[in-house]
Amino acid sequence: MLVREQLTMSDYRDKDPLIHGIQSKIRVVPNFPKPGIMFQDITTLLLDPKAFKDTIDLFVERYKGKNISVVAGIEARGFIFGPPIALEIGAKFVPLRKPKKLPGKVISEEYVLEYGKDCLEMHVGAVEPGERALVVDDLIATGGTLCAAMQLLERVGAEVVECACVIELPDLKGRERLNGKPLYVLVESH
Amino acid sequence: MFAAENGLKGDPRLQAISDAIRVVPHFPKQGIMFQDITTLLLDHKAFKHTIDIFVDRYRDMDISVIAGVEARGFMFGPSIALAIGAKFVPLRKPKKLPGEVISEAYELEYGTDCLEMHVGAVPPGERVIVIDDLVATGGTLSAAIRLLERVGAQVVECACVIGLPEVKGQRRLNGKPLYILVEPREIDGCC
Repeated sequence: MLVREQLTMSDYRDKDPLIHGIQSKIRVVPNFPKPGIMFQDITTLLLDPKAFKDTIDLFVERYKGKNISVVAGIEARGFIFGPPIALEIGAKFVPLRKPKKLPGKVISEEYVLEYGKDCLEMHVGAVEPGERALVVDDLIATGGTLCAAMQLLERVGAEVVECACVIELPDLKGRERLNGKPLYVLVESH
Repeated sequence: MFAAENGLKGDPRLQAISDAIRVVPHFPKQGIMFQDITTLLLDHKAFKHTIDIFVDRYRDMDISVIAGVEARGFMFGPSIALAIGAKFVPLRKPKKLPGEVISEAYELEYGTDCLEMHVGAVPPGERVIVIDDLVATGGTLSAAIRLLERVGAQVVECACVIGLPEVKGQRRLNGKPLYILVEPREIDGCC
């Protein structure tokens, strides 16, 4: 569900201008990494302290006090948004990484790319059964990576409460790959 | 310089941070005692202490940019930037940043690697802290310093959670001050 769709009159407050501010700071880079792709660049958002803070605050406001003990962030841009959220809501931060980066014993989940496969890893023991977890990344496109992330957490017995992204590309229907898990995004890009 | 020698001697937070770091022997190869900060990130209090110490140090130093080295610098840098009202600038491996970049090569034990930054991210004259989880030889941090100086920024200090023995006693890197929270942990009864 989009932030806009969830707002009731009493929730309305000042969210809309914040979202607009955040969206305006995201830079679109055409034809990266290849022709035809309009890349959503969040580095320009990180250059605006107020907009970056608003981004984090919107997530914190949603998740604080909901008994979430794990924020799992997907390498590498999930590492930028996840830890500030984790710190504010009192949760652990768990990095989900490309193969061979994590030094300890890991569990791995393979997922399909447009051409070929990739793999996401998590440290064994980082998350305990029954923990309530969020998965955070900067953007959801096809949902393949988020789906792999959710699988990793569920395999160790955690409950994925929600997936949280700054940006959604709704035309790629990633939402449908989340096995019915809720998705919360701040900005849509068509 | 180590935090303990610079105003934080006996600060219990430093011990808590050190205790939360896990040592993984022989990663990525034989003989290396890898300092794993992922266990620090699992300890909310100790992680918060880490950020708080850096924030307390940099909040009144008129810092406008925190530059974090991919990827573990991304885990610490943004929280510091948010707390002090600074920009966060990711310094990345090649081909990750989508816009126009400047690149700086640096030496590895075998071969070279490269660090990149977006053109325009840091205007001339801005005061910058470079952050990474750990400093060993200082090769990566030196490349980061060179990138920032090439665009006319002023690197005020390099900040790391852990400093390996190679840098002990070195208060500076490329002439820039180095601020480190803890030394590496060893395994008891090491193999």
